[in-house]
Amino acid sequence: MSDRLSGNEAVAYAMKQINPDVMGAFPITPSTEIPEYFAEYVANGEVDTEYVTVESEHSSMSVCIAAQAAGARSISATSSCGLALMYELLYVAASCRLPITLACVNRALSGPININADHSDSMGARDSGWIQIYAENNQEAYDNFIMAMPIGETPSVRLPVMTCMDGFITSHAVENIELLPTDVVRRFVGEYNPDHYLLKKENPLAVGPYDVSPYYMEHKVQEAEAMKAAKARILEVAAEFEKISGRSYGLFEEYRMEDAELAVVLIGSTAGTAKAAVDQLRDSGVKAGLIKVRVFRPFPGEELARALSNTKAVAVMDKSEGFSANGGPLFAETRSALYDLQQRPLMINIVYGLGGRDVKVEDIEKVFGRLAHIAATGEIGSVYTHMGQRSKEETA
Amino acid sequence: MIRAQDINENSPWQDLTPGGEIYEPGTARLFNTGSWRTNTPVFHEEACKHCMLCIPFCPDSAIPVKDGKRLDFDYMHCKGCGICEEVCPFPAITMLTGGAAK
Repeated sequence: MSDRLSGNEAVAYAMKQINPDVMGAFPITPSTEIPEYFAEYVANGEVDTEYVTVESEHSSMSVCIAAQAAGARSISATSSCGLALMYELLYVAASCRLPITLACVNRALSGPININADHSDSMGARDSGWIQIYAENNQEAYDNFIMAMPIGETPSVRLPVMTCMDGFITSHAVENIELLPTDVVRRFVGEYNPDHYLLKKENPLAVGPYDVSPYYMEHKVQEAEAMKAAKARILEVAAEFEKISGRSYGLFEEYRMEDAELAVVLIGSTAGTAKAAVDQLRDSGVKAGLIKVRVFRPFPGEELARALSNTKAVAVMDKSEGFSANGGPLFAETRSALYDLQQRPLMINIVYGLGGRDVKVEDIEKVFGRLAHIAATGEIGSVYTHMGQRSKEETA
Repeated sequence: MIRAQDINENSPWQDLTPGGEIYEPGTARLFNTGSWRTNTPVFHEEACKHCMLCIPFCPDSAIPVKDGKRLDFDYMHCKGCGICEEVCPFPAITMLTGGAAK
């Protein structure tokens, strides 16, 4: 069924189709519309969800944790400082192995206070033990949310899932979208049937006990193993999803990478812009390609290394500044993943698009121009630079 | 199903429950918390009228009761807070300095 929806509407619609048990609801720009649309579904009796309005995101995630432990499928949506306020609970959800689903609408994290898109919010939560899946557009935002529960709720995984999309660019722009019939979505997502839950009165349960040091490390190893197991499950769910939708997903998307010598690696909506740049460069004979990372947690290190093994120069573009003084988080992980290759491409990192700073096709072409120079001369120049800021020096 | 009593500090990570979940009630009984005590109550049975006032005031469950009579302290769980001595109307409980059970 074709429709025209914004990213927020698409995710709210996926939530309605799934009909979860509990939503912890608190508004924050640009994710506000998700609980707002969903409230309408609740008011109209279109879902059976217990809609819990709370006083903060700390509480919305607490509601989700308690409800999920009780045996209820729980969801929430947030952005930026809201995600930051959930920070403690994100770790609790993951360590209690509660497969909550959270729609994160990416927005710059204060300060300075700013409401526009970048990935500093979810990148800050990258080590919290949540699976992170990023969307390029509204269709992917919808599809990723439907795939989230079958991934997270699998017994070998049992981890919470964060589906991310770029604030405003994706969340508020209205695009054509293919929606699945509700009965197909419900069958695909299935019922949430955990083995143990608090409301199972014949089997008393305690969740989240204190761990003394002789136990903490063992439980962290369990969590790490679950994150490793998630990779195969994500691909399995993608294959099942393709059967009902005809749309194919991997850990990342390779765009014109078959014989690419120069490649850009990035996350999110900028991929659309980068594809246009790649097409133009290909038309003029440049062997340009793009890798759009979809799954950031678990990080597809070995797979990325294979996909980039035949390139000569690679630019990893981070839409968040990690202040490591050594490059952004996507760069750090990608470059580390390529270390085991016998022959590695030359690599640079470009931090771009912070706080909604626009990136155009020409900007991406400039990046490829730099890569062409690096491939031709073997000279990397500055490894870690920023793009799009006003400067007295030329930037790319 | 993994029982709490089957888990100990030698258990490998593969044998622990996911997220440390505990699949049975009352497992705190197995855990020695009496070692936190710096003062220790002493029960003088001859002075006790078994009025039961100390039982509900105990913030832990460190005073066992059997057949309507209180028994000696459960020192494995007593934290030595001294509330029982305060509420006892008789000279049946006295506090001693130090954590060792008398």
